[in-house]
Amino acid sequence: MLRAGERASSRTLLRAFALTAALAAVTVLAAVVALGLGEMRISAVDVVRALVGDAGTAIETVVVQWRLPRVLLGVVFGAALGLSGAIFQSLTRNPLGSPDVIGFDSGAYTGAVVSIIAVGSTALVIPSALAGGIATALAVYLLAYRRGVHGFRLIVVGIALTALLGSVNTYLLLKASLWQAQMAAVWGAGSLNGLDWSDARAGAAVVLVLLVPLLWLGRRLRMLELGDDAAAAMGVAVEPVRLALIVVGVSLSAVVTALAGPVPFVALVAPQLVRRITRAPGVQLVPAAVMGAFLLVTCDMVALNVPPIALPVGLMTIILGGAYLVWLLVAQSRKELR
Amino acid sequence: MTLEASNVTFGYRDRPVGTGLDLAIAPGSFTAIVGPNACGKSTLLRVLSRLLKPTEGAVLLDGKAIAHQPSKQVAKRLGLLPQTSIAPDGITAADLVARGRFPHQSALRQWSRADEAAVREAMAATGIEDLADRLVDELSGGQRQRVWVAMVLAQETELLLLDEPTTFLDIAHQIELLDIFAGLNDEGRTIVAVLHDLNQAARYASHIVAMREGAVFAEGAPADVITEATVEAVFDLPCKVVPDPVSGTPLVLPLGRRR
Repeated sequence: MLRAGERASSRTLLRAFALTAALAAVTVLAAVVALGLGEMRISAVDVVRALVGDAGTAIETVVVQWRLPRVLLGVVFGAALGLSGAIFQSLTRNPLGSPDVIGFDSGAYTGAVVSIIAVGSTALVIPSALAGGIATALAVYLLAYRRGVHGFRLIVVGIALTALLGSVNTYLLLKASLWQAQMAAVWGAGSLNGLDWSDARAGAAVVLVLLVPLLWLGRRLRMLELGDDAAAAMGVAVEPVRLALIVVGVSLSAVVTALAGPVPFVALVAPQLVRRITRAPGVQLVPAAVMGAFLLVTCDMVALNVPPIALPVGLMTIILGGAYLVWLLVAQSRKELR
Repeated sequence: MTLEASNVTFGYRDRPVGTGLDLAIAPGSFTAIVGPNACGKSTLLRVLSRLLKPTEGAVLLDGKAIAHQPSKQVAKRLGLLPQTSIAPDGITAADLVARGRFPHQSALRQWSRADEAAVREAMAATGIEDLADRLVDELSGGQRQRVWVAMVLAQETELLLLDEPTTFLDIAHQIELLDIFAGLNDEGRTIVAVLHDLNQAARYASHIVAMREGAVFAEGAPADVITEATVEAVFDLPCKVVPDPVSGTPLVLPLGRRR
């Protein structure tokens, strides 16, 4: 976690702090712009006036009642995904070690599909998706466990389990009735469409609750980066802390998946962009959270307003993630050729 | 402060290493643990530093079982330099040393003057003040090891356990590091180091523990342990032992089969 006071003389940390603050400001700006865009265009000034309750009922209804929950969830979910990705990439010591790539999202999806088919509605999707995600995480953890869990094994086991769950999901959808499959497909596209204040309150509450253990775990995550022995020697209970971090990381990702459906690649990309921009060492939870919020709010704004018909934000983030991976591979191969 | 292994049986599930081992580390001593590869010396150090729980017996810190004390409290008294550590990408030497302050910090008490002072002192003791803002990845092996030692020193523990601290260094850097440890020992810290070089162990340590097959074969002052008979019995290596012309401590000259 980034702390400005860590070492007064450390310029990198100050730089990271300044850049994070700047990115947070840009995110707020993007959020204000997003609140103004849509069928009814509202100027930034009026958006701010509506937010403070000084713009008249019509504009206020549009901005606060209709658009604000969505933008707020963009910020909260983006931050949750950024954190989740930062946790997993640090734990696995691998830039690909994000929850969606490892496949915790597929577990949440399985949970969601099962509940849609069993209940016949989306009433129990949230607890089922959470249960599915966490169960998958535990399964991956236990299967990868051999005298402690190590990053690479976690990724490989995760990918294997994702493949298995993928076939389970396909099977379930084939067995489901048409409208159930449709409901699942809509859910599976990952969108902030149709989320209202009750969703926003629930989502924000769960994410806030998950931040509490992270205050304690964040410092231990930084110690784990030094290797298990060094961390243990300094008093970190390595395996319990790692398990707790996995549970928090999965839950952060699962709550997004539960309410919005799978939103891929934000968790993968946000911590990596942060690393490249701040050049600060090790895991950076707060900057990754801010970057995630920025990415999701911006992607959702673009998905909603730029194409002729509004797209689910999950599609936008796939484009973003794909572009990032291609760029990464090209940059990497250039480096190797040199 | 005393550290003591009392009747410990230890090892890994599929590979027991030692049974019923007793060892007491005298306060203020410089103890070197020597022995052939796979004799269990590093494993014993892991047991002493509570990284590996003994299956039987207990490790006692001042008479109290180390396993029953809060791990962070133990970390304020007992520091370990592991055989392998990982420096996060892009970390500077000073920032890495600063991470050694973890046991002294909490969510409420983060960076303090005491932390700053401990980091400064640790960097001075290892002579890495000039490297403070350099990236750890870009340092030489000897410099990097000194940064790791400084990180453990920043922990401000009375007891230092060192797992093969000199193994991958050239001879000059080995001596440089051993001199640092000797200096710390002179200042009153207790040091336990797993060492490979018997001559260095004999010269720097005040007490030598020779291990073989998971058991303590012999222990005592260097002159009593590093003898032709003991070295041959522990390492299966015939040798001559003569007084070190520099320090007067035992100097082992191995007798190879051909030369």
